[in-house]
Amino acid sequence: MLASLRRILALIRKEILAVLKDPRTRNMMMIQPVLQCVLFGYAATLDLNNAPYAAFDRDRSAASSALLAKLDGSGVFHRIANLTRAADMAPLIDTRRALIVVQIDPNFQRNLSAGRDAPVQVIADGRNSNTAGSALGYVGAVVDSFNSDWRRDHGLPQPPVKVVPRAWYNANLETRWNLIPALVGTITMMSTMMLAALSVAREREEGTFDQLLVTPFTPVEIMAGKAIPAMLIGVVQATNALLVAQLWFRIPFAGSYVTLYVGLILFLLAAVGLGLFVSSIAATMQQAMLYAFVLMMPFSLLSGLTTPISSMPPLIQDFTLINPLRYAIDLVHRVYLEGAGLDRLIPDLWPMAIIAAANLTAAAWMFRNRLE
Amino acid sequence: MAAAAGPVIRGRGLGKTFHRKTGETVQALDEVSFEVAAGSLTALVGPDGGGKTTLIRLVAGLMGLDRGELTVLGVDVGADPQAVQDRIGYMPQKFGLYEDLTVQENLDLYADLHGVPAADRRRQYPQLMEMTALEPFTRRLAGQLSGGMKQKLGLACTLVRAPALLLLDEPTVGVDPLSRRELWDIIDALVRDQGLPVLLSTAYLDEAERCEHVVVLRQGKVLAQGPPAQVRALAAGRTFLTTPPAGQSAREALAGFLDDPAVIDASPDGGRIRIVRDGSPAPPSPGAAVLEPATARFEDGFMMLLQAAAQRGGGVPTPAAEPSPPPPAATASPERREPVVEVRDLVRRFGAFVAVDQISFDVRRGEIFGLLGPNGAGKTTTFRMLCGLLSASGGTLRVAGADLRRGAASARQKIGYVAQKFSLYGQLSVEENLDFFASAYGLHGERRRERIAWAMTQFELGPVAHQLGGQLAGGYTQRLAMAAALLHQPQILFLDEATSGADPLARREFWGRITDLARQGVTIIVTTHFMAEAEYCDRIAILDSGRVLAEGAPAEIRALGRTAANPEPTMEDAFIAVIEQARAGPAPRQAA
Amino acid sequence: MNAPRPQSGRLVAKLRRIRALIGKEGRQVMRDPSSFAIGVILPLMLILLFGYGMSLDVRHTPIGVLRQDPARDAREIEASFRLSPYFRTRSIGSMAEAQELMQSHAVNGVVLIPPDFSRRAAQGDASLQILVDGVDGNTARIIEAYAGAAVAQAGVRRAAEGQGAAASGGQAVVVSQLWFNSANDSRYFLVPGLIVLIITLIGAFMTSMVVAREWERGTFEALFVTPVRVDEILIGKVTPYFLLGLGGLLLCVAAARFLFHVPFRGSIPALMGASMLYLLVSVAGGLLISSGLKSQFLASQVTLVVTFMPALMLSGFIYDLRSVPAPVRLISYLVPARYYVTMLQTLFLAGDVWSVILPNAAVLAVVATVLLALARRATRKTLG
Repeated sequence: MLASLRRILALIRKEILAVLKDPRTRNMMMIQPVLQCVLFGYAATLDLNNAPYAAFDRDRSAASSALLAKLDGSGVFHRIANLTRAADMAPLIDTRRALIVVQIDPNFQRNLSAGRDAPVQVIADGRNSNTAGSALGYVGAVVDSFNSDWRRDHGLPQPPVKVVPRAWYNANLETRWNLIPALVGTITMMSTMMLAALSVAREREEGTFDQLLVTPFTPVEIMAGKAIPAMLIGVVQATNALLVAQLWFRIPFAGSYVTLYVGLILFLLAAVGLGLFVSSIAATMQQAMLYAFVLMMPFSLLSGLTTPISSMPPLIQDFTLINPLRYAIDLVHRVYLEGAGLDRLIPDLWPMAIIAAANLTAAAWMFRNRLE
Repeated sequence: MAAAAGPVIRGRGLGKTFHRKTGETVQALDEVSFEVAAGSLTALVGPDGGGKTTLIRLVAGLMGLDRGELTVLGVDVGADPQAVQDRIGYMPQKFGLYEDLTVQENLDLYADLHGVPAADRRRQYPQLMEMTALEPFTRRLAGQLSGGMKQKLGLACTLVRAPALLLLDEPTVGVDPLSRRELWDIIDALVRDQGLPVLLSTAYLDEAERCEHVVVLRQGKVLAQGPPAQVRALAAGRTFLTTPPAGQSAREALAGFLDDPAVIDASPDGGRIRIVRDGSPAPPSPGAAVLEPATARFEDGFMMLLQAAAQRGGGVPTPAAEPSPPPPAATASPERREPVVEVRDLVRRFGAFVAVDQISFDVRRGEIFGLLGPNGAGKTTTFRMLCGLLSASGGTLRVAGADLRRGAASARQKIGYVAQKFSLYGQLSVEENLDFFASAYGLHGERRRERIAWAMTQFELGPVAHQLGGQLAGGYTQRLAMAAALLHQPQILFLDEATSGADPLARREFWGRITDLARQGVTIIVTTHFMAEAEYCDRIAILDSGRVLAEGAPAEIRALGRTAANPEPTMEDAFIAVIEQARAGPAPRQAA
Repeated sequence: MNAPRPQSGRLVAKLRRIRALIGKEGRQVMRDPSSFAIGVILPLMLILLFGYGMSLDVRHTPIGVLRQDPARDAREIEASFRLSPYFRTRSIGSMAEAQELMQSHAVNGVVLIPPDFSRRAAQGDASLQILVDGVDGNTARIIEAYAGAAVAQAGVRRAAEGQGAAASGGQAVVVSQLWFNSANDSRYFLVPGLIVLIITLIGAFMTSMVVAREWERGTFEALFVTPVRVDEILIGKVTPYFLLGLGGLLLCVAAARFLFHVPFRGSIPALMGASMLYLLVSVAGGLLISSGLKSQFLASQVTLVVTFMPALMLSGFIYDLRSVPAPVRLISYLVPARYYVTMLQTLFLAGDVWSVILPNAAVLAVVATVLLALARRATRKTLG
């Protein structure tokens, strides 16, 4: 037992040395996750900021100016042009210079004063339906606020029903709060899986694997010695990403670190198991890398990172049940944003435990058989 | 041969320096001047890292020259490499065959690249196929050919159109004696019949002997050049043969001779010992052995050249007489020692293909046992089964009392293994490699420090302790691999083609160590393509098509090759005779 | 010495060599399982994933309705949520249950209709509480917006029936038009974006791997010492992957058109032209990376980081570049994929808008030229 532990320790030491000694690998492992977090934190947002819009105010009244002023003041929109002709609208949208054009009808103020509804036409560039949808939502909110002001100023009663929204965990509904904790899981999965897959494939390709097999190492010891360093590096990467989330993006951490790391370690075990499984199939490093990459695509796309799982077709929702990343993202969200304790995480923990066990068993079985 | 007036290659004062990433510079070639005459066969020989490959690449226009002038086929290569590349044939050390293309597709590709017209192909292909005996395999993927066949295909690819000059970089490395002979028949025919000038590099000194002109390179400098006879002449009158004292094998007696400072080289030769001495008058030799004068070979002169160069100083010392501990007296005579490796009716199948077919042999403690055989004979498969890397399809095997495949992992504690290409961690330093393998074998604390220190001194790894494994020169890699395999003092050492591609000096050094280990009671199993090395073994077995064709002491095997025409065959003659006999005959035969 | 051959003879010889190299490369692609995986399986998988699996449109979001008022107004509000395709509603009995469902992520939001809702609505100051799980801000926002709309609708209906107090005043009403994508289907922009990913993968990723492989396996060494010129080697490498990329493109266009019914409003020649330019950029990028690194592992990693990730994140394919901070937008100008995405989205959904296509195509043409020239310089017939 002691001898076995010593051997595993030697393998772990060797693996970590091999990763850390090469500056190119070291940078790839340590700096890249931080950069990705920062870059994606800024780029991957569905919130609109300063989106360009054009105004076509055909009323030129106090009311229409007030409405446009509200749009300008929202911080969401940024007026790039005041149009005077209807023909100017199309080119602005076609060339993507404006995301939306707001057209106010000539009788806007008169209609409002007369107690009639006054239409505000909004034309949105639907090439990215998502952005367009967001933009329309924002315009709707601005118009609502305008209506409320108008009623107040003209002594009119407020609408009978008021909607009082309250968002839990992320009061301002910032996409970033959702995305960055999710990246903690995605980035670490990508690199731990690759690391585990490549470390065995490299030994196989360079012939050192045979050398390892003629030493007293048992297959289980080799697997442990390969899995633990990859997990350790995964933990460091996850920590880096968490630091970016807290120190750079200032997303408040609501839960307990112990809980989070317990969950992450289980997740990393599943990811490493997957990597080891890939490496037991692949003959060369190239194959290991390509297979890992091909696997990573559906796992990351169908994890809830970019699109909500609940809006996927049922068949695909079933597939996500075997995706460890799905549970990891949910887990990080719960702990990070909601402050959930271990008892609440059980629905995430047991599937990951099963996936990890299945992957590691399959990898161990493949190892034994590949040695034939 | 119209333009045969001048030399086809003329190099004057060639210099080439490499800058390593670590900042050190390596002088790969220094003031090298040489010529290759039209229609001649020229060989480059010398220790590893001597500059042979660099020189051939310079001639091929693959590298820029730092100093000197080099004209090939009358063209300044540095200025216009393409003009040279259009006309020559070049086979790199690791010939770049496209392994996922078939034999025919590889040939077609090179024919297309050289613009060979269809009419010429119809004439040329059958000739090439006949010459290389690849005809039956034209539809096979190149990656599935044996080592020897790959080399022949590589050669065929360079010959699809008649080149004006042929460059071959170590064409026979890793090739078995049979294929090697076939390759040489092709090369000889090209030079003799077509007057094709050939420049090749080789680690086999008997090959150099067949060339018209030899250039000996060491550390980037030319030590000698001229016809092989000129080098041979250096050792004339200094080469002797002697018979080992009764009860001692040639190998065991060698060490005694090598301790004599006047002896430059001693090697086993057909049951006797070949000795090259320096000029000093022969003192009474140990055991008062009788020294019979012998005809000098190229190898003898070559050893003298290297010895002299090393004495002039500058560079790596030749294998220093290491302060080996006094050998413990052998506990029992070999016959009474117990077998530590027992193989009975071992079979290994890959699908329908039988790679190893019911082989049986024993190896006793302290023996050096050699497995010889052509490429694809099943040596490596047998080896991998012995080491527990592959399971047997049938039969039994016991190594140090256990089947390593099925037994406990701790049984592997008793063996050491050096793979065909020395497999060590390239990203770790020499010291870290040793440290890892020591821990892998369960050494720790004081004991680990002790063994690592032992390995460092024994294998002279001190100077490179902090260098990365991947950046070591060939000789050091082999030593490191040996050191790593010996840290835990195994009872049995497996060496798979450990000397493939090594230069003669490194091979002598290697066998010196093996002899020492055997004396200390370590059992050693080796495979090799150098038939001369088989002489170091106590017993050898020749394998072909997965069966043991012959087994016995070197003298017994040699006797199998005896014919009326060749009363004193070399090991290589015997080897080829045994294989050819078996392949011709209907059933394989089991020799004693 | 060779007699100088006529110009045409030399050209023929050159073309023959190029043809031989292309043929060889093609055979290798067919025979290598990992090339097949990346060149055929991955594109197919991506098409299906993007087409069926991923949707940025929120549908069937689970919400709970806690209705404590049995009156008609309250039931109407609940019914409007229940009938909406956006939600999957379940009734909740108590506040404690609502809390439990929210915490266990069984629902993403809860609509709370208080006991006095209809009574106070009649007086004109009722409130409807919406609790949303803010973790997924996007979904949360949609629930909020929808709730607002449902309430407004109910108000309008009441006004029409002449009961409400709200009928007395007019208000500004948004009338929206979604140009190019009136169905508001996210596939409309995901599928064109997918083409970018696939072309990047085949063009850059595969090319960089196969060139690095030749360096690593030493096959270039023998190839160099033949009459082959560097430009011929490069053309021999570029052409097969260029064609493979075009194959991937056609596959995607066919899938977009016939499987997902994404409209295509531009012209095929414009699409082909734009795609060829971007393919050229990708392949040239792959060539440049691999001739600089000469190692399959590093080449593939660098290619992923330098080409694939930016194509995914910074091209405007998923995340609109008009809403990112200025520094990130500046960085995105360095990403060739961005220009291609712009052209594709325009070609698919808007048509041949030359004022968009031409400038973007010009940028790609310049980048392709520069990258090819650099790759030509970086590839030499020399070793070490």
